[in-house]
Amino acid sequence: MSICPDGPVKIGPYAFHSRLFVGTGKYMSDAIMQEAITASGTELVTVALRRVDLSQPKKPSLLEALPSSVKILPNTAGCHTVQDALLVADIARAAGIGDLIKLEMIGDNEWLWPDPILTLEATKRLVQKGFAVMVYTSPDPVLAKHLEDEGAAAVMPLGSPIGSGQGIVNTEVIGRIKERVTRVPIVVDAGIGAAADAAMAMELGADAVLINTAIALAQDPVAMAQAMKWAVMAGRQGFLAGRMTKQWRASASSPAQGQVRAHVPS
Amino acid sequence: MVITINGESSTIEHGMTVSGLLNSLGVTHQAVAVMVEGAIVSREQFGHVTLQPGQSVEIIRFVGGGY
Repeated sequence: MSICPDGPVKIGPYAFHSRLFVGTGKYMSDAIMQEAITASGTELVTVALRRVDLSQPKKPSLLEALPSSVKILPNTAGCHTVQDALLVADIARAAGIGDLIKLEMIGDNEWLWPDPILTLEATKRLVQKGFAVMVYTSPDPVLAKHLEDEGAAAVMPLGSPIGSGQGIVNTEVIGRIKERVTRVPIVVDAGIGAAADAAMAMELGADAVLINTAIALAQDPVAMAQAMKWAVMAGRQGFLAGRMTKQWRASASSPAQGQVRAHVPS
Repeated sequence: MVITINGESSTIEHGMTVSGLLNSLGVTHQAVAVMVEGAIVSREQFGHVTLQPGQSVEIIRFVGGGY
């Protein structure tokens, strides 16, 4: 079997061999989540920070349900101000999780669309505080470049709204972002609904994908986690292998000479 | 004495530390963050910070979530 050689994707000081990152929300149970995470082969999982439920203080921590081999990526989900995002990052660091953070600054509650102004500002501030910031952003090549210039560790454009499963609505913009952001990885984050979407993200040149709902809400989340793993690998190899150039006209793949013809009596 | 824990009023023993509060609530210390009056308490300080009447305490931990 011949495969294109491929190194890990590097985010800040960390290197990941699996290019599939997964979320931990919306699962029916911790047991299914655990099995799905293992099946996905991921090395990076996102988590949220919330108040401890004092009616169930002894409930085991989510972290206990996660394989010790995975790196934890706390996210600022639910933050609407730069101040809140900075606080969540500081809390995650205080909890002993380290300095990797997913920045998510929502500007529209119905579409969960990122706020570009606050996202850029919060990125600057978090980088100054020494965080490795993976930035969730609207799919805009100019904004993506600004985020890279401000020191983002990864730029993560959405494919379509969070949890919508619509796939990558604007495929060409992912390629445009990849062409402009050259120093840090591009991760397609949000909107992936099917394995084909994950493969497409990788074929478009994304360095990794982040998937939650498409796995958690699949009819069989564990099987879908594995499908996503394969899709990401297939898409990545497809990208590295170099796609053929699209042609307007058909081009036969059988020889033009020596064709068999029925005998027609004259 | 009365303090506020995660937005709810609660009566605790006088002179309790952050560490003592976590123990009395049955919250494991692993991967938990605590804020007192809006300021983050470092893990090393859990046993040294004594809570005062009327203070507001937030106890936070990681939960499932992707976005």
